[in-house]
Amino acid sequence: MYSYLLPEFAIERNEERCIRCRVCERQCATDVHYYDAEPDKMFFHEEACVGCQRCAVFCPTNALFIRPHPAEYRPNSSWNREKLQDLKKQAETGGVILTGSGNDKPYRIYWDHLVLNASQVTNPSIDPLREPMELKTFLGRKPNTLEIEFNELNGSEVKIKSELYPNVSITTPIVFSAMSYGAISYQAYKSLAMAAKKFGTLFNTGEGGLPLNMRKEYGSSAIVQCASGRFGVDPEYLNAACAIEIKIGQGAKPGIGGHLPGEKVSENIAVTRMIPQGTDALSPAPQHDIYSIEDLSMLIYALKEATNYEKPVSVKIAAVHNVAAIASGIVRAGADIVAIDGLRGGTGAAPKAIRDNVGIPLELALAAVDKRLREEGIRNKCSILAAGGIRCSADVMKAIALGADAVYIGTAALVAMGCTLCQKCYTGKCTWGICTQDPYLSKRLNPEITSQRLANLLRGWSHEIKEMLGGMGINAIESLRGNREHLRGVELAEWELDVLGVKGAGE
Amino acid sequence: MLMKKNYRSERHVPAKDIEACGLFGVMNIRGQKFGALMAIEAIKNIKVRGNGLGGGFAVYGLYPDYKDYYALHIMFQNKDIKAKEKTEDFLGEHFEIIFDEEIPTNPQVSLFCPPLVRRYFVAPKKGEAEQAIPDDEYVTSRVMYINTNIEDAYVFSSGKDMGVFKGVGFPEEIAAYFMLDGLYEGYIWTVHSRFPTNTPGWWGGAHPFSILDWTVVHNGEISSYGTNRRFLEMYDYYCTLHTDTEVMAYAVDLLMRRQGLPIEIVAKIFAPSMWDIIEHLPEKEKKLYTTLRMVYAPLLMNGPFTVIVAHHHEMFGLTDRIRLRPITAGAKDDLVFLSSEEAAIRYVCPDLDLVWTPQGGEPVVVRLNSEDHLKSLNKSI
Repeated sequence: MYSYLLPEFAIERNEERCIRCRVCERQCATDVHYYDAEPDKMFFHEEACVGCQRCAVFCPTNALFIRPHPAEYRPNSSWNREKLQDLKKQAETGGVILTGSGNDKPYRIYWDHLVLNASQVTNPSIDPLREPMELKTFLGRKPNTLEIEFNELNGSEVKIKSELYPNVSITTPIVFSAMSYGAISYQAYKSLAMAAKKFGTLFNTGEGGLPLNMRKEYGSSAIVQCASGRFGVDPEYLNAACAIEIKIGQGAKPGIGGHLPGEKVSENIAVTRMIPQGTDALSPAPQHDIYSIEDLSMLIYALKEATNYEKPVSVKIAAVHNVAAIASGIVRAGADIVAIDGLRGGTGAAPKAIRDNVGIPLELALAAVDKRLREEGIRNKCSILAAGGIRCSADVMKAIALGADAVYIGTAALVAMGCTLCQKCYTGKCTWGICTQDPYLSKRLNPEITSQRLANLLRGWSHEIKEMLGGMGINAIESLRGNREHLRGVELAEWELDVLGVKGAGE
Repeated sequence: MLMKKNYRSERHVPAKDIEACGLFGVMNIRGQKFGALMAIEAIKNIKVRGNGLGGGFAVYGLYPDYKDYYALHIMFQNKDIKAKEKTEDFLGEHFEIIFDEEIPTNPQVSLFCPPLVRRYFVAPKKGEAEQAIPDDEYVTSRVMYINTNIEDAYVFSSGKDMGVFKGVGFPEEIAAYFMLDGLYEGYIWTVHSRFPTNTPGWWGGAHPFSILDWTVVHNGEISSYGTNRRFLEMYDYYCTLHTDTEVMAYAVDLLMRRQGLPIEIVAKIFAPSMWDIIEHLPEKEKKLYTTLRMVYAPLLMNGPFTVIVAHHHEMFGLTDRIRLRPITAGAKDDLVFLSSEEAAIRYVCPDLDLVWTPQGGEPVVVRLNSEDHLKSLNKSI
């Protein structure tokens, strides 16, 4: 069948600059570029191009320009190019349209409508280059009160009598989001682990297990996931980590499961996931032992039992309509951390219809959850991890001011590794070596270098956070947490400000 | 405990007041009583720290004849007689009123809109079901009821054998109005001169801020206000005045009165040491301070503040963790002074035995019949 699809990208090659070195040909995973010796010239199949920009970046003479294809149908606000292309694609295949990474639709990005505060006159701003500025954060349940034994005669004799819950301390309120080994390459996975360890924060294993050879070195920087497929879960896996996460849902695809195709299940992935090599790894939509909140509670306590109550247990949910009530139930069920993944959360593969239409924006979900937990007096019983669409240090600040203890970053970390959000993760042909199991592609990532890029990102953001905190006259991140007085909304409707609990600018 | 005001969204919670201030406190550690003169003269000396929009005094050992009864100082705005009747009906219902009178004032002193201020000496009158409620809790909830539900009535103070006198004006004017010098004696005096930047004067909004026999005078702007306020709401403290001082007062009430933590610990919650310092402490202390910071992170008072808190037998001063607001301590014989400026102390006591500037986060604790205040001397700057 002849395809009616227009190419997504147009390629322009400046022939004067091109030296026929064939780098583009070698770098491209979709065989766009090819060389013909007869006229000594490079050619391309435009329709295969995904716009990953790998060839343009690696072209030594900057001869390549990859742009969205200029061909247009008659302009139509309703039946736009994307809709038409999708219809044609489905007419040709009869399948579900797949996509990767996060929701790219123009839903309001609330981060861009929130502005931060700074000190003027009535209190001094603090210079982070001259004064300490503290970002240390604890994830886990806190007791309501501390019972302290205090000897009045000798002030130094102080003993804590209250029982404490396990908490994990991180040096900056930024944690790498769940990306499993299998979904991403071993090199990418290891880069995240190395960066987390180097910087004193955490990475999340996702649902693909934690390779045996990494446990000793990186276990203490790992949040291990227990998801609906239970891949790679055994007591050693749980006990190797510093925290455990039960994955209920994912912001990119609330309500559905996952599918790692068999061709990606290499020997090492098979061992790590504890499944036969080459078989599909199917994660069911729900966890089949959790059909209700009390079932969740049983799993939480089963995991706590398995780890001697030494590790905080997180429950990750997608932000959906009644997220506040669900989060409250999760805390009451015994979770120490609630992770909320918003509408813009990324994925390696999801049906486009779901990625683009299901769930609610993180900002609103986060504000609602924080408010509800406070109203019920249980906010300190858990930490909140906010995920889905955190793009820069200012987003981290705003998330914390809305009530998050820390944020998960997934897409931002991928971009730091090289990703350009071409959204073709599900094809397994990631030219940047991230979302692929093809050794030819994955060896493009050197974990030594890539982990340094990730650590640089954390360092840069942390510096920026310190600058912004200092500007507000705050020298410890905990004093920003839930401090909505430091946020103001611009261009937001009344109801949006109400949900966010934030005054309008000038109010 | 306190009244919850239901806002549709937090967005509708009023903005907080911003203010800077002058503070002074003096205590006789043997419990000998003395008059108002020192407090008045000291605060006059730091007049530039106020702008005449609020001044007030707290006095301990004030009512020896009624020391077993809660002394309620209540103001009625605009001399509102209806508010007075409503309040007195409410008091009659919940308390035995032993004695009450209008607090005498000097008619020669003219101030901005003076309210009617009366004092009531009362004992709780509990119903059958309320017998188990401690007296303090009982009184606190009734006081909060008056403050939030009876329009134009506001309780200045509600402790035993102590009282707060405050209003709109410079503190020396307030002192003259209530004739403090001459009529009253106490063993602790704290005084406050207010410099609000965004609120008109309101008699109830002046300091000291008080609940039971606890009083707080405070200078500074707390940048962590939103975090602190929202944490306190989980413990049923709802801020009605929207000032930093209120947050500070509730935090003191929660940690010290309700949870029974000593000020030495509370100081490490309000103004904790930096992690860099905590890391290098001996193992036991490291664990203690780490745990305190972890559990009470939302009560870290971030930003510049100095506070003088008093209750019976104890007065303490504390400044923020990086000492963005000054505090000075001084001692002479049995008198111990705390102030936002050394000049104020020197003015009323030129021949001090000792004078020192405590470190940020190091409390100066002045206790009856003890020398605890000297502990902070070793750690001073």
